[in-house]
Amino acid sequence: MTSPNPIDEVTGTETTGHEWDGIRELNTPLPRWWLYVMYATIVWSIGYWIVMPSWPLISSYSEGVIGYSDRVAVAERLAEARAGQSEFLDRIAALPVEEIVGDAALRNFSIAGGESAFAVNCSQCHGRGAAGSPGYPNLNDDNWLWGGTPEAIYHTIRYGIRSGHDEARDSAMPAFLRDQILERGQVEDVVEYVLKLSGQEHDGERADRGKDVFAEQCIACHGDQGKGNIELGAPNLTNALWLFGDDRATITSVVSNSRRGVMPAWEGRLDAVVLKQLAVFVHSLGGGQ
Amino acid sequence: MKLESIERIDVRPVNKKESRPLYAKRKKIHPKRATGNFRKVKWVVMAVTLAIYYLTPWIRWDRGANAPDQAVLIDLPAQRFYFFFVEIWPQEFYYLTGLLILAAFGLFLITSVAGRVWCGYSCPQTVWTDLFVTVERFVEGDRGARIRLDGAPWTAKKIGKRAIKHALWLSIAMLTGGAWVFYFADAPTLAVDLVSLDAPLIGYMSIAVLTGTTYLLAGFAREQLCIYMCPWPRIQGALLDENSLAVTYHRNRGEARGPYRKGGAWEGRGHCVDCNQCVAACPMGIDIRDGQQLECITCALCIDACNTVMDRVGLPSGLISYDTLANAEAPPDTPRRPYRLLRPRTIIYTALLALVAAIMAATLFTRSSLDVNLLRDRNPLFVVLSDGSIRNGYTLKILNKDHSVHQLTLRVDGLAAAAVTVLGSDDTLVLTAAPDRVASYRVFVSTPRSDLTSASTSVTFVLTDMAKAVEVRQPTTFRGPGK
Repeated sequence: MTSPNPIDEVTGTETTGHEWDGIRELNTPLPRWWLYVMYATIVWSIGYWIVMPSWPLISSYSEGVIGYSDRVAVAERLAEARAGQSEFLDRIAALPVEEIVGDAALRNFSIAGGESAFAVNCSQCHGRGAAGSPGYPNLNDDNWLWGGTPEAIYHTIRYGIRSGHDEARDSAMPAFLRDQILERGQVEDVVEYVLKLSGQEHDGERADRGKDVFAEQCIACHGDQGKGNIELGAPNLTNALWLFGDDRATITSVVSNSRRGVMPAWEGRLDAVVLKQLAVFVHSLGGGQ
Repeated sequence: MKLESIERIDVRPVNKKESRPLYAKRKKIHPKRATGNFRKVKWVVMAVTLAIYYLTPWIRWDRGANAPDQAVLIDLPAQRFYFFFVEIWPQEFYYLTGLLILAAFGLFLITSVAGRVWCGYSCPQTVWTDLFVTVERFVEGDRGARIRLDGAPWTAKKIGKRAIKHALWLSIAMLTGGAWVFYFADAPTLAVDLVSLDAPLIGYMSIAVLTGTTYLLAGFAREQLCIYMCPWPRIQGALLDENSLAVTYHRNRGEARGPYRKGGAWEGRGHCVDCNQCVAACPMGIDIRDGQQLECITCALCIDACNTVMDRVGLPSGLISYDTLANAEAPPDTPRRPYRLLRPRTIIYTALLALVAAIMAATLFTRSSLDVNLLRDRNPLFVVLSDGSIRNGYTLKILNKDHSVHQLTLRVDGLAAAAVTVLGSDDTLVLTAAPDRVASYRVFVSTPRSDLTSASTSVTFVLTDMAKAVEVRQPTTFRGPGK
């Protein structure tokens, strides 16, 4: 058979007939080994269709004779991974948080697991470094509204704060001005007294008057020294840390209108072991008691 | 006894300067057996290099109870590299860089001193090809017999010979691949596991891949690897100069060549009897009489082949010999200049080699068995505590490269009133570092705000090894809110 296209003189190979600016394209055949590999892949693919899931059908797919499934494989791998951790997981499930903190191996395991659970579930409000923001407590410091022991932290995470759960941390500070419990002047006086308690700049005369108002209205929760009460989540007013802010305007706003935070109950949303790991992690941030 | 004639071989060089097409089908080369001094050297080098490769993993080296006793071991799962008395962690990878630099300078030096001796004698491709050719010669006979066998029809005898040859090749290839994996696990244990099919899959796969590459490269690709795949011949141009040694045909003495005349009359002609023994012996398929060529790996087998012939015709040996390019290209009547070992090039390479080796040795012998990494928390930068003091958090990692437990005390210098606590540790601040492990501790440093004069204060973590009284000092900063 004669080729319709000219033969290249140098190589002796047929050309495709295409030409660009005098450069002609050779019609070099594929290397044999390459061609055979391609045929081999075609043969392989037919076997693959039979053995493995491959063809999409209308409402399902061809399942293949060995019944392999990626989903099942992933589930198995996950179960395997959990089985590998079961020594730790079982002990964490069985022990109170206090004892987990005391055991170096369990503590380190829990901190690692708690850190990743924190990043997913808690960092939205408390921040990636758990440093909080106005209204959302900094979990690194030693100031705890509801207690900083491992058990107290665990309880808070488990049932939440004002979450509606029966066991939830709950309390409410009255809105002293909005609900007309105090006059505006009395509010301003008590704010001066609170500023004095925490060692900030204040009007001494008004603070003296505010002391009486404080004794009347506030010591039930915040204590006669203003040191707070973790049973009620009442903050210590004498230290350097403030949940909403330490300036006169913010404190006035809190006294007048009342502000309180809400945290969901995580029991039911997170695994029981993860709840304990979170408590251990938060406790390890440096302020735990 | 008068020599009647010299056998003249009808052979054309497969590779020639004049014809290097961009693409050419490989023409099979059938190297003829050569005997002589260089062949003997090559046998010795082959034996030594193969012995090093196959036997190194089996050398034992006692490191005590908590470490493997294999002298050379690349322990990938545990991330350790053991080399006799040296143990390298992944973060000390620069030692490998140093080793590669040493190897490079070593090659430069040896090339400038003696030309491509690496290619000709000790390159694995050369050694294994030589071994495979030897096996081929053992089974199928020397050059002539092999050529005849190639052209012969497929009789039972040919099939038998070919089967034996390939079986031997594959066995050698499998042993080569098999030896490789012993560098990555305890050799005696792995050997048993491999036989009882208990070894990990990756072990069998590595053996399979290396068996395949050895079989293909030493059995079939051979000189093609050097000519087309290896970058090393290309770099030679920069490393060789007119004073480097190369396998040289002495044109002035050899030309004009002509067939040997009965009785040996040498007037008016050169010493080359044009017997083509040098071409037949060449594993690269070149004619050394064409001059320097990139294909020449200076294996010196043509020297042996030529010297044998020169002996028989009663002429001095050395028509082909190691000589400098300067001598090879000198005009006919210039006297031969002796080889100079001390040249700026060799001196500089030696100095560089010594310098790198000295730096490596110094870092190796002053290497601390205790390293400390300190990571300061960045989120949050600092924490204000209820009494107004400032706290910083650090992650302290103690790399204990010893095979024994170390107890260290921690102290923080730079802040007079600082209080230091370590998570999970008591107030004595004694930290334990387990043998051959990285111990990780969370350290909290807090200090009254009045103690801080700026947003960033320099502090130093001081760890004291209680047993050896060794101090490791790690400078860092303590961050605060500033003024």
